[in-house]
Amino acid sequence: MNGYRGGVDAIRGLVRETEVHRDIYINQDVFQLEMEHLFANTWVYVGHDSQVANAGDYFGTTIGAQPVLMVRHTDNTVRVLHNRCPHKGVRITTETCGNTGKFFRCPYHAWSFKTDGSLLAIPLRKGYENTGLETSHAVAGMTPVKHVRNYRGFVFAKLSDHGPEFEEYFGESLSSIDNMVDRSPAGRLEVAGGVLRYMHNCNWKMLVENQTDTCHPMVAHESSAGTAVEVWKNAPPGTKKPMAVEIFAPFISPYEFYEGMGIRIWPNGHGHTGVSHSIHSDYSAVPGYFQMMVEAHGEARAKAILDENRHNTVYFPNTMIKGPIQLLRLFKPIAADKTLVESWTFRLVGAPDMLLERTLMYNRLINAPTSVVGHDDLEVYERAQEGLHVDANQWVNVQRLYSAAEMSEPTAVTNGTTEWQMRNQFRAWAKFMTMSMGAQ
Amino acid sequence: MSPPSNQDLIDFVTREARLIDQHRLEEWLDLFAEDGIYWMPLEWGQTDPRLTASLMYEDKLLLKIRVERLKGNRTFSQKPKSRCHHLLQVPQVDQRDDATGTYTVWTPMHYVETRFDEQQLYAAWATHTLAVVDGHLRIKLKRVDLVNCDAAFGSIQLFM
Repeated sequence: MNGYRGGVDAIRGLVRETEVHRDIYINQDVFQLEMEHLFANTWVYVGHDSQVANAGDYFGTTIGAQPVLMVRHTDNTVRVLHNRCPHKGVRITTETCGNTGKFFRCPYHAWSFKTDGSLLAIPLRKGYENTGLETSHAVAGMTPVKHVRNYRGFVFAKLSDHGPEFEEYFGESLSSIDNMVDRSPAGRLEVAGGVLRYMHNCNWKMLVENQTDTCHPMVAHESSAGTAVEVWKNAPPGTKKPMAVEIFAPFISPYEFYEGMGIRIWPNGHGHTGVSHSIHSDYSAVPGYFQMMVEAHGEARAKAILDENRHNTVYFPNTMIKGPIQLLRLFKPIAADKTLVESWTFRLVGAPDMLLERTLMYNRLINAPTSVVGHDDLEVYERAQEGLHVDANQWVNVQRLYSAAEMSEPTAVTNGTTEWQMRNQFRAWAKFMTMSMGAQ
Repeated sequence: MSPPSNQDLIDFVTREARLIDQHRLEEWLDLFAEDGIYWMPLEWGQTDPRLTASLMYEDKLLLKIRVERLKGNRTFSQKPKSRCHHLLQVPQVDQRDDATGTYTVWTPMHYVETRFDEQQLYAAWATHTLAVVDGHLRIKLKRVDLVNCDAAFGSIQLFM
């Protein structure tokens, strides 16, 4: 297939009810259109406001292929700016994060900008008198991203004017962020520990699909989780099960475990595994934590918050959170066959340090470039990236537990091994890819 | 036993690297004290392994799981297997405490890991905290500080 640019029908044709065309993963033109349309029309996670706690704090990142800066403005709101000088295009910040004071200053010609992006000063400004500067692109300063929303500390942005408003876009799926934040006795999260960055030579969507793929852990992770369980069997009787084994062991739970945990589907490509229980359900209690939660929320509410053990919540297009262990993964697209996976961790403000310790151990054991779980995941992604070049069959199957009736059910709770959530993502993909392409 | 000489400490560190390169990982594990730790920090100059993320912070149980996994039939990321190569500078003995039998050795190194047609080069400093346990030198802590510890890496599958 080719001719994707301007080809709304060609793009729609890539997504069928139970299969998707391989060009979604391997075609660079499709990737470029994703950057222009999908990552512009959707609300994309930018960062957490604790990363810019004080006025002048900034953090540089990307939305799709677009370099942006998240910054705390002097009025204490969090702004998102395109990260280029309006003069010659130079990236404004030299460090990934830091404090810029009251203004940004370009390192090339010292043009300066307030932290809302507006132009503050140009050296030797008289050189622009009577040149029509007031009608230039440059005079507007650093272009702000118009649609920015800080939801309980999580900052999302939408680059284009197309697409739904924030509440409509996320709807009930925000309950997963709520649950993660509510687990703090102070009702607040802070980014903590440092981010793990793992480069993947595969398409970003393979990672997003994997988040709700519950038929792979007992296969792909037999070598890591299975070995952990086997090695642990040789421990002297009566030895307390270490945190690391508690983290590894549930990965090789049987199919029935995953079938029973359930998957919840939400509109616009969002959804989560672990409706009734998850691999995070049976971790040892952290001394003192429940009491802190009872004091903060009351016993009934504390129990309700902690009984929720959602496994992976996908925020379409490229974010996943794990509420019970305060972890967020961001799948940053770089090319059709290249993805940077960032795994972020959070401290529950007011909770014992041991929770953060467990969060960091989980992240290290499962998501690091040195992770024995991550190694086998990446291996299968890279094999898929290669295998998809086979011309004899150009379709990827997402048929498991399909029913035609699901097309009229935007929200559902269903069998935990369904691929409905993957189909949900692809239906959202086609919708947000094409909504700004204009009529054919 | 009499206290180890500086040359004994240097020989220990070079043999440790050799055992990894030769995939003699059971013997390598035996070099660790029962409470020994292998630490690869994520942060430049990192001091805290507990509340700051690391690439690896593993006790002997976790190291044993890695070694067993590498032997497994269904260890897909090791089909084919990775190979590795250490190039060490002469280890430098930074601290000696013969009274307690503890020693610190610092070793700049280049480490190469290969799989399929890919070869990755890493530069690092290894810091070994060694102790005499039951008459033998053992690793209490092996700390590997990558020069680019905070870079985005692909899979790092063996031991530096």
